[in-house]
Amino acid sequence: MKHVKTLNTRKLQNTVKKGGCGECQTSCQSACKTSCTVGNQSCENHR
Amino acid sequence: MIHQYKNNGYNIVLDVNSGSVHVMDDAAYDVAALWESQEKDAILRRLGPVYGTAEVAEAMEEVAALQKEGTLFTEDEYEEDFKVFQERPTVVKALCLHIAHDCNLACRYCFAEEGEYHGRRALMSFEVGKAALDFLIANSGSRRNLEVDFFGGEPTLNFQVVKDLVAYGRQQEKLHGKRFRFTLTTNGVLLNDEIMEFANREMANVVLSIDGRREVNDKMRPFRNGSGSYDRIVPKFQRFAESRNQQDYYVRGTFTHHNLDFSQDVLHLADLGFRRISVEPVVAQETDDYAIRGEDLPKLFLEYDKLAAELVKRHKQGDDVLFFHFMIDLEGGPCVAKRLSGCGSGTEYLAVTPWGDFYPCHQFVGNEKFCMGNVTDGVTNIALRDEFKGCNVYAKEKCRECFARFYCSGGCAANSYNFHGDIHDAYDIGCALQKKRVECAIMLKAAEALDTE
Repeated sequence: MKHVKTLNTRKLQNTVKKGGCGECQTSCQSACKTSCTVGNQSCENHR
Repeated sequence: MIHQYKNNGYNIVLDVNSGSVHVMDDAAYDVAALWESQEKDAILRRLGPVYGTAEVAEAMEEVAALQKEGTLFTEDEYEEDFKVFQERPTVVKALCLHIAHDCNLACRYCFAEEGEYHGRRALMSFEVGKAALDFLIANSGSRRNLEVDFFGGEPTLNFQVVKDLVAYGRQQEKLHGKRFRFTLTTNGVLLNDEIMEFANREMANVVLSIDGRREVNDKMRPFRNGSGSYDRIVPKFQRFAESRNQQDYYVRGTFTHHNLDFSQDVLHLADLGFRRISVEPVVAQETDDYAIRGEDLPKLFLEYDKLAAELVKRHKQGDDVLFFHFMIDLEGGPCVAKRLSGCGSGTEYLAVTPWGDFYPCHQFVGNEKFCMGNVTDGVTNIALRDEFKGCNVYAKEKCRECFARFYCSGGCAANSYNFHGDIHDAYDIGCALQKKRVECAIMLKAAEALDTE
């Protein structure tokens, strides 16, 4: 595309069926403790 | 639903429900802004004179193609699937062990009130910790990865128990097919070679508390006699970070109304050699002199922009610094179920006091209304657990229309409770800052992707 560059190919819609295994890190165990930061966690099944 | 904004020279359009991020030129960016409210002819008539009819028509074709492939103007269609997901049995996968309700610092903003959580000083015994690990294993269902954070107060005040619990956990994980990820949060005062070696062997992550510049740190993080902690901890933290090869750690600070120019603190930490940095806004009531106020927000937004732009600049020079709140994983990030569920407090994540009581998270400890059970009897306050389980993005009015909901997962329940008396609300200043951080995080991704082309 000339006018648009899309940064990612993965769509959240595609994570509905196979998601939810719960193996990923709990957000407050990383380095927040006073907010909630989930978007930067990694999916254990995507590695 | 889309969210569009300009930052550091990039026109960014986030498709909220698919998580797709598009960087657009001016024509497409303006087309996207009008796409849902105006007819195609009207868009052409309006933007044609600005960009040229052919350019606008082409931009419109591209926007239409993105919409067709499900990466622009998508709807939130997750609610029904999420209801089914929520009906699954509750398992526990993470514990925050309050190894010591005591501290050798007297940080002014501490939610634990100098480590004591509004109660008495206490150290967790090995027996209580062991029962907590047993509870975790027994209640983790088929989850393999279990997380245990050694927290306080200051956990190094009771480090023998930490070591003994790690040894016990290592023994038990083999027997039960689990894997413990231990983490340690410390203020660094008692850090020594022995603790560092132990942590490097056993801790998947360590969080090292420091606020930034000496005067900023020492104002808020003094010893009990009032003297500053900076000079005592910095050399140790530097050595610790190096000994971990600059991996699997964060230096973590708090900024307050007294250092609204906190980007200088982040950069100061970077200049000290730290590569993984988390600095968060203090959460405090308006009556506290150091509390962030609504009128501080414009200044703080500019600080985040300045910090993001500086990190882009440093990245281009090969000097990479990870700022926790600007990290975002666009390709391998969490599934939608996780993004909607909230942080897991009170359900899959529990805090354990030195005497073995459960609370939804470390921030609720000390408020007995939120006691959920204990290591011997398990979770007994099922109604409270279910209330936390139901506290997800869809249960919060403020989150339903917010573009950042898939990144903060509905925000912090404790902050919501502390400001509104209800875990289903949201702490507005925190939300405003979170949204700004998400915008900056996405901009950094745009800069990385487009500057390497």
